[in-house]
Amino acid sequence: MKQELKEYKGRIPLKILEELENELPDSIGSARLKKIIEKVFAEYRSSLAEPGESVGLVTAESIGEPGTQMTLNTFHFAGVSEMNVTTGLPRLIEILDARSEISTKMMEIYLKKPYSEGKDIRSLAEGLKETKFKEYIKSISINVAETKMRIELDEKKLKDRHLNAAKIAKIIDKGLKGFDLKLDKDESIRIKASGDDALNMIYRLKEKIKDVYVNGIKGVSQVLPVKRGEEYVIVTAGSNLKEVLKLDFVDAERTSTNSIIEVEKIFGIEAAREAIIREMKKVLKDQGINIDIRHILLVADAMTMSGKVLGVSRYGIVKEKPSVLARASFETPITHIINASMVGEVDPLNSVIENVMINQPVPIGTGLPGLVTKIKGDGGKKSKESKESKE
Amino acid sequence: MADNFVSKKIDKIEFGLMSPKFIKDMASAKIVTPELYDKEGYPVDGGLMDIRLGVIDPGLKCKTCGSKLKECPGHFGFIELARPVIHIKFVTVILDLLRSTCRSCGSVLIPNEKIGKAKEQLEKVGQEFGIDEQRKMVKQIITSLKTITKCPHCKEKQFKISIEKPTTYLEDDKRLNPIEIRSRLERIKREHLALFGINPASCQPEWMVLTVLPIPPVTMRPSITLETGERSEDDLTHKLGDIVRINQRLFENINAGAPEIIIEDLWDLLQYHITTFFDNEVAQLPPARHRSGQPLKTLTARIKSKEGRIRHNLAGKRTNFSARTVISPDPMLNINEVGVPMIMAMKLTVPERVTEWNIEYLKSFVKRGPKEYPGANYIIRPDGRRKKITDETKEQLIEELQPGFIVERHLMDGDISTFNRQPSLHRMSMMCHRIRVLPGLTLRLNPAVCAPYNADFDGDEMNLHIPQTEEARAEAEILMEVQTQLISPRYGLSIIGCNQDAITGNYILTKYSTLPREEAIDLLVAAGADDLSKLPNKNMINGKEIFSVLLPDDFNFKGYARHYKEGKEKEDPDMIVEIKEGRLITGVLDKNNLGEGSGLLLRNLHKQYGANRMVDILGKIYRLGIEVLLKHGFTITLSDLDMKPEVKEEIKRLINEADADVKKMIQEYHQGTLELLPGRDIRETLELRILERLNKARNETGAIVAQNADKNAHALIMILAGAKGNLLNLAQMSACVGQQALRGGRIRRGYTDRTLSCFKKGDLGAAARGFVKNGFKSGLEPFELFFTAMTGRDSLMDTALRTPKSGYLYRRLANALQDFKVEYDFTVRDAGKKIVQFAYGEDGTDVSKSEGGKINVGHIVRTT
Repeated sequence: MKQELKEYKGRIPLKILEELENELPDSIGSARLKKIIEKVFAEYRSSLAEPGESVGLVTAESIGEPGTQMTLNTFHFAGVSEMNVTTGLPRLIEILDARSEISTKMMEIYLKKPYSEGKDIRSLAEGLKETKFKEYIKSISINVAETKMRIELDEKKLKDRHLNAAKIAKIIDKGLKGFDLKLDKDESIRIKASGDDALNMIYRLKEKIKDVYVNGIKGVSQVLPVKRGEEYVIVTAGSNLKEVLKLDFVDAERTSTNSIIEVEKIFGIEAAREAIIREMKKVLKDQGINIDIRHILLVADAMTMSGKVLGVSRYGIVKEKPSVLARASFETPITHIINASMVGEVDPLNSVIENVMINQPVPIGTGLPGLVTKIKGDGGKKSKESKESKE
Repeated sequence: MADNFVSKKIDKIEFGLMSPKFIKDMASAKIVTPELYDKEGYPVDGGLMDIRLGVIDPGLKCKTCGSKLKECPGHFGFIELARPVIHIKFVTVILDLLRSTCRSCGSVLIPNEKIGKAKEQLEKVGQEFGIDEQRKMVKQIITSLKTITKCPHCKEKQFKISIEKPTTYLEDDKRLNPIEIRSRLERIKREHLALFGINPASCQPEWMVLTVLPIPPVTMRPSITLETGERSEDDLTHKLGDIVRINQRLFENINAGAPEIIIEDLWDLLQYHITTFFDNEVAQLPPARHRSGQPLKTLTARIKSKEGRIRHNLAGKRTNFSARTVISPDPMLNINEVGVPMIMAMKLTVPERVTEWNIEYLKSFVKRGPKEYPGANYIIRPDGRRKKITDETKEQLIEELQPGFIVERHLMDGDISTFNRQPSLHRMSMMCHRIRVLPGLTLRLNPAVCAPYNADFDGDEMNLHIPQTEEARAEAEILMEVQTQLISPRYGLSIIGCNQDAITGNYILTKYSTLPREEAIDLLVAAGADDLSKLPNKNMINGKEIFSVLLPDDFNFKGYARHYKEGKEKEDPDMIVEIKEGRLITGVLDKNNLGEGSGLLLRNLHKQYGANRMVDILGKIYRLGIEVLLKHGFTITLSDLDMKPEVKEEIKRLINEADADVKKMIQEYHQGTLELLPGRDIRETLELRILERLNKARNETGAIVAQNADKNAHALIMILAGAKGNLLNLAQMSACVGQQALRGGRIRRGYTDRTLSCFKKGDLGAAARGFVKNGFKSGLEPFELFFTAMTGRDSLMDTALRTPKSGYLYRRLANALQDFKVEYDFTVRDAGKKIVQFAYGEDGTDVSKSEGGKINVGHIVRTT
């Protein structure tokens, strides 16, 4: 970077300086450069948000107003090869609520070099899918007299997932208790129940056994290899980032999930903030709504400033407010007032809504500054109750 | 207004419980009888309407403060309860306290040595999850310490305490009466209360069991006199009457030594009445009702919810000096003006203070009076008395008028007002306009400001407010005037701009027109241009030159028109809008440069010449567009949609082709030979493939229509200018409406295995699943009409369901973020001074002062 530009580091944001550097013609006189940078600096200074600017409300307006234009329609048809994801208003609400159970969890799994070019992409993807025992069953027959169950396995399916009868029998055996499991010569599984209630148990088992987890990533219900530009990416329905990151063919740096709470658990609060920003941007862009990034940043910061992800709701951000009246004016006023009385809370009346309630100027915007004057000479003596400050 | 100057300021509000002593001290009367009035209709002493509690009848004087109606704020009373009663709102707290403390010594059931540690733990929980959770935690700790059955301090055996909702406590199935509960609460060691998050300074736990009940002043439960002269009491008074009555009976029975069972019953009844007095929506209790059967509205219902005291009366304010009526457009007004009907201007007033210098001027208003415009309606004397100006009082008031008086004169041109349309979703929904008094009965506004208000003229109404103080006027003018709101803080671009006719007009002007000099001057003068010196001295003047007249002389600009395609500039120089020294060299002006929320032409004008100049220029550009259309004549006709026969053939062919492809796919599906898409089953694959194919067909027809449409057809001109409509609309009218989508797929609902009864069961073909192959002009088949109706209804439902959802989201956001502001050190902080961001948006830039969120560095480099 040019020396003249460097001098302004810290006074002008780096991003603007970089942009300026790109815009500058190759040969430029020092005097002109100085003039330019002075101008940029002046421009930047004059574009700063003034103290007292109620940026929070502006943000709420900027997100709330286009909310009416968003679709409620959950599904979109972006094309043949995409997953169905929750979009539009429901998704936005989901993000801002910081829900841990979102309606369509999704991961985008980026791959390391040979695989990202398409090597074994189908089978890699298939291998991620969570399978349950029922998918490998060809038929189940129950022998009532001997309280036995015979399960024939689907060999083709087994082969697809690199399993054999012995392996699967072992997995099932681990998942069951109090049953006798044997592998027959014809590669079918035999289970015998014993005891008083054997018959009921075997029937119950018949249903239970179908849902025994076999392999794949837990929680991943659907996989879809997609070509993004030059490389292949695996998109999954259902999310379990922790397990996926353990796999050696996954490019951990770019792989992501759309569950903000999951990101918070694995990577911490800063990552969760990024995730909120990314997800919100995605929704808004998808809906064709033009919102400046600063508003999204502010919401994300507000949700994460306390060190954990808080929703924009009475259980989240609003609960953290210092003022009783501000909380009471949102939802469940009685509870807030009762609790405040027990704690002996003091409302310092320094936010907006309380001051609206008691008809005083709000400490925001033009209501913020107070004026103090020294009254000279007689004026001061005569009016003892000097009107020293008036908003 | 100096007389009304309030020097007191509320600094803080402390919350706490009222002690019985406090209640008695605060009360100005003890209430002993449920009677309200005596035979003469005069309030009974010691009754619920006792005049020591305030007055609601005109003519009476309050016995406590001596003030009259409307001056007396009202005073509390109290009643002594015969037996203590549980306060319903503290039921869970009391339960937690009873369970966690010893029944005899009143200590927390935690051994002394562990209290310190538990306290730390509890305080943390309290801070993180609130005091409800903290109280529950105490019990958890006790359970985990296994001291629940025996007090670690006095070794007393403890019993299980349970609750029978709503207000009955049981200790090992034996009922605990409130007297016992109260004495236990009294016994709880004060130093242990902090564990429960209770501050003994503001709240002693025994106060949660009521022994005296405060009686709210009559001013908060006024009775209404019906037309028949009958009095109808407030719900609270009814409830209080019940309480007093039962309380008296309970007293009498106790004194008479009545059997225990009768006393218990009355006690329970008293508990019920007091409970419903506080909250009439307790789940386990039948709500107290009027004789007509509708539930009483008691204290809780008064406070909570949207119609409650807090949100309705405290956070929401009402106003005088406002007006509302239907709006209509008037492009001849300036953008920052509002046309006000004369009848309104004579009702709304502006207070003007009389001084030595304007006394004659203001006297002339008083002289004209309320019926002649511009007159005055009231004068206000320095002592604050308002005098109505009438024909009779006029002369006398003029005599009386002297400096210090205030005259409320009629609204006049140039006065300041705020103008608003609901829903007020963003700050541009309420802007300051200058008054323009006009004949007619509607409020008039320049159609260019429709966008920020989201207004149209199909019957919309808007509100007008007249600020009444200098401070309010100054704020309105400086902070809210239309000029100051041009740049949206949402994305940093101009939110107002030309629309509809104004865009079409300027498009036609800059694209095709060449006019004789006289006509050009005619246009410009009509548009309001005052300096015509820029008009070239020729007989025929082209549109670009006419447009240039409105631009400032030193304005330079380069931008792209809507139809700009990279690399094709040579073929059509009009793709690039270039303005050099105030002259439009090339380019047509369309929505990209004139429209709202797009393009930088307006943004640059704003930047270079300031808001006032830009508003002026925009107004002129707008009017120019409209004048051009007036001269040119502009309308769309059905023949705009006509296609040549060969084009029609082509469209038909494309659709038939698609249909054939779909049939083939269905066949493959039935044979099972359809190639599967990854991660889909065969049915989904078929649906997706068909959808894709049909969309392609529709897009192809659209492209053909776009290509072959008559370039001079007015419908197409509007589309190309971006004024209204798009190519899809055109294609849907003249070629093919396309697939109707419902729930993200083709239509599948309806009868068993088919959508409508005119199809065969199991038909998966294009037409049977909602593909409309006709255009609107050629007309739809009956079943096609049904399909469009289905999606139409679906989208109506979508809108209806979305509005409340997004409204709630907005409310939550606004509530959560409303206190965030930029501090003097440029950090963003909340009300508790916690830092949210170190610099707003990471660089401190205010979006509404930026250009699309950025600083236009390139522009600075180029111009320096």
